[in-house]
Amino acid sequence: MYDGGKIIIGLIIGVGLLLSPFIYDAGKAAKPPAPELTEKAKEAKECVAETSYMKSSHMHLLDEWRHTVVRDGERYYKAKNGKVYYKSLQTTCLDCHSNKSKFCDQCHDYIGIDPYCWTCHIEPKENK
Amino acid sequence: MADTPKPDELAKIDHTPPVFRGWMDTQPEIRPGIACYGSKSKDLKYVDMPNPRDWSPFDDDWKLPENWEETIHEGFKDRLGRFRSFKLFMDICVRCGACADKCHFFIGSGDPKNMPVMRAELLRSIYRKKFTVGGKLLGRLAGARELTEDALKELWYYLYQCTECRRCSLFCPYGIDMAEITIMGRELTNLVGLNIDWIAAPVANCYRTGNHLGIQPHAYKDMLDFFTDEIEDITGLRMEQDLNRKGAEILFITPSGDVFADPGTFTCMGYMMLFHYLKSLGLDITWSTYASEGGNFGYFTSHEMAKRLNAKMYAEAKRLGVKWILGGECGHMWRVLNQYMDTFNGPADFLEEPVSPITGTRFENAKTTKMTHIIEFTADLIKNNKLKLDPSRNDNLKVTFHDSCNPARGMGILEEPRYVIKNVCNNFYEMPPSTIREQTFCCGSGAGLNAGENMELRMRGGLPRANAVKFVHEKHDVNMLACICAIDRAVLPNLMEYWVPEVDVTGVHEMVANALVFEGEKKRTTDLRGEPLPGMEDEEDV
Amino acid sequence: MNFIISILFSGFAVSTLILIPWVGVGAFDLRVLFGVIVPYAAMATFFIGIIVRVIDWGKSPVPFRIPTTAGQEWSFPWIKSNPIDNPRGTGGVIVRMILEVLLFRSLFRNTRLEYRNADGGLKVDYEWEKWLWLAALAFHWSFLVIFLRHFRFFMEPIPSFVHLLDSLDGFLQMGVLPFNGLGVPCVYISDLLMLAAVTYLFFRRLYIPQVRYISLPADYFPLFLILALGLTGVLMRYFLRVDITAVKELAIGLFKFSPTVPEGIGVIFYIHLFILSVLIAYFPFSKLMHFAGVFLSPTRNLSNNNRFVRHVNPWDYPVQTHTYDEYEDEFRERMIEIGLPVEKQIEPKEEPKEEEKE
Repeated sequence: MYDGGKIIIGLIIGVGLLLSPFIYDAGKAAKPPAPELTEKAKEAKECVAETSYMKSSHMHLLDEWRHTVVRDGERYYKAKNGKVYYKSLQTTCLDCHSNKSKFCDQCHDYIGIDPYCWTCHIEPKENK
Repeated sequence: MADTPKPDELAKIDHTPPVFRGWMDTQPEIRPGIACYGSKSKDLKYVDMPNPRDWSPFDDDWKLPENWEETIHEGFKDRLGRFRSFKLFMDICVRCGACADKCHFFIGSGDPKNMPVMRAELLRSIYRKKFTVGGKLLGRLAGARELTEDALKELWYYLYQCTECRRCSLFCPYGIDMAEITIMGRELTNLVGLNIDWIAAPVANCYRTGNHLGIQPHAYKDMLDFFTDEIEDITGLRMEQDLNRKGAEILFITPSGDVFADPGTFTCMGYMMLFHYLKSLGLDITWSTYASEGGNFGYFTSHEMAKRLNAKMYAEAKRLGVKWILGGECGHMWRVLNQYMDTFNGPADFLEEPVSPITGTRFENAKTTKMTHIIEFTADLIKNNKLKLDPSRNDNLKVTFHDSCNPARGMGILEEPRYVIKNVCNNFYEMPPSTIREQTFCCGSGAGLNAGENMELRMRGGLPRANAVKFVHEKHDVNMLACICAIDRAVLPNLMEYWVPEVDVTGVHEMVANALVFEGEKKRTTDLRGEPLPGMEDEEDV
Repeated sequence: MNFIISILFSGFAVSTLILIPWVGVGAFDLRVLFGVIVPYAAMATFFIGIIVRVIDWGKSPVPFRIPTTAGQEWSFPWIKSNPIDNPRGTGGVIVRMILEVLLFRSLFRNTRLEYRNADGGLKVDYEWEKWLWLAALAFHWSFLVIFLRHFRFFMEPIPSFVHLLDSLDGFLQMGVLPFNGLGVPCVYISDLLMLAAVTYLFFRRLYIPQVRYISLPADYFPLFLILALGLTGVLMRYFLRVDITAVKELAIGLFKFSPTVPEGIGVIFYIHLFILSVLIAYFPFSKLMHFAGVFLSPTRNLSNNNRFVRHVNPWDYPVQTHTYDEYEDEFRERMIEIGLPVEKQIEPKEEPKEEEKE
């Protein structure tokens, strides 16, 4: 090979950068988060929608609630099963899920999301 | 010879390629006026090139050797292994099209296969079929095709419609250089004896007599003697030159075109006058009949042939025992000298780092090749006030400067000629920025395409250059196109006559000599061309 | 072959590639295949392929130093040289390469031919044309940003530069729009830029006649692939949401060599992942290698110093030349006649000797 030194250094840098996740993750625990349900949530058995939907799209639901409440004054949400909920992050959602750090933050931190809920809403005080 | 269409006919160019018919489905007609004549048997034989025979590209039978396909395949493989440039340029083109409208041949012909990317694809498609998995499996869908005789003919046709000017490579985001691909492609065609006459004959001449034109030593001396007489008529001074003189300090090598045909001859007289002027200031210089060619048509044949022809320069410098070499105004000559010579035939450790004997300036940028460009040499003289110049003698000229492709994009000699021109004449105008300096347009006849039979191609290829000249001619009344290239001096007069007949062509050193004031010279009434100097129109020609 | 066939072929190929994981995961639940085996195989192909290709390039020497000079060379102290476009040494080359790789300097020079031959006579202009440069820059940079943003799925804990990039890229909160969807989570500028740029790069292939003529399926295919990659990504983020905690679990599993295929990730994710796998597996065999090739280009990465620093050709071999002696032998008589100096005088004719014999 000609200019082998330069080419190999270039390859190591280039390929190394692309392989960095392998290197970075090696030996780290990196356990996936397991959101904890409070006793109250467990008792309720069901949320305003099914779990899979809530997992992937709760932010969408919350955004829709925000829009309809703030713009249209619609304060009630009729779930699929017919139950009606009061649309409120603080008084409905956080009523059951009062454990923000274990329920919300764990996953958000895991995938690097910093939701702007708390720029308006007051963060719940948790009982440690 | 084919008739060349009239300019207004020729300028009707459609740059839109066919919409539905892809390029793999079109076979060009090899047309007189565009293609050059085939190489002659005797010329190939003289330098031991393969498959010597007389042939014509306009015949159906090109008299290829029996195993031509294998020869090209092997040659291809060999070059991929020897040139990273070649391998890389075969692999990494993304066909963004930035080069497409940069080529003077595409601009002047509208032939889509003259887009640099397309010209390269002609070779790449063969490469893909032979050397890549995708090409072997997917064929045309992967842009691959067989090397058939038709494909070879098409390739040949377009490889000899490229002047290796590198303008495309300037715009390519990966620096893909069509000149490099053309060089490789031409090496391949030469493996099966497909050169053109206008390259093969000068190569054979140069090998034998030391110069492309085949001027033998006694004739060379005759020419210089004739110029000496001419100069004496104009200046009243006899400016004899030394030839093949051992022990001189400097060897001077210039393209043979300069001793052969107007207006190059005036440039040659310019050199002679400059050397004579400097003689009393300590210049000790000789010309050579053996190394009587600065240009190198071998470079348009193969790297090997370029090396074989180039070898004479150092060999002659060694034989004569000079300290360094001075090179004349030439284009591809300087690309070879700058980018190849030392690698080809160096190290020239028997020479010394060039130092101007007049100014004492060290030409540090020529430390290893030991070869300096005369425009650098002269610029340095002027900067150091060593020349008495009367630029008003060039007042009848309104000058613009054509950067030759190779000194511009293969060397970067842009300011020196402008500096010299501005010191020897008072009226200098630049052409538009996108047509000069590194973006300069080719004369349309470089890389061995300055033949007579391909005049239509040359007028087409020179269109962008001529158009820019026309622009300054109309705007500033420019009447003189200056250049530092012998091929330019040979071909631009035709181009100007065709597109902008009011403009003439000159080498820079012709203007230098016109302006140069000699002690003891008679009152000059004419320039080197025998035309009256400004204000001397009524003087009797003595 | 023409552009229609090229587009149809590439479009068909990419559509098929979308269908494969759709059916594979959607109908047959082959999550291990599409979530683990294919990505690993693709990554292996990608890395090994790139290394093999680059080393293969490296095996060919650079016999001559052939930079394209794009400015004044270094000559006299009183002439201003251009140290970047006509580099004299390594420093200039490094700057030139950085500008080339990061800012596409050569492409920035691009102009557009304007050729008119109307009643006013011939008019040839070279017009302003920066769209290709702009689109190329937008495309490559947004692709890089998107790739780096994805490190939030690849790394645990997430490094701070990813957070920074994420907040910069996502500073547009479009929740105020009259419709929901695009608003949450925030819109990434890079997503929009990349899709716009790729779309432009596709349309210019159709719209500009010369580029249409030179385009091969190998040009449309990666464009479509990248477009599909971007669209599935955008779909997944804004419309067909998936459980991204599970996605990260899968990704981290791959990078930690302990692959898992969590439940509950929508098919759209597997399509996205499969297209990416195809793209990177295709990479080493395609024009996409320009990514590595640009660093090796001899017209850009060499100094224009041939006249003062010797360059050696590793395969140089002696060639046959026509020596001065051979030259003089042929022309000696005439050279002497006209008074040119010669090395050897003409030897006296052999005749006297013959006379002696007699």
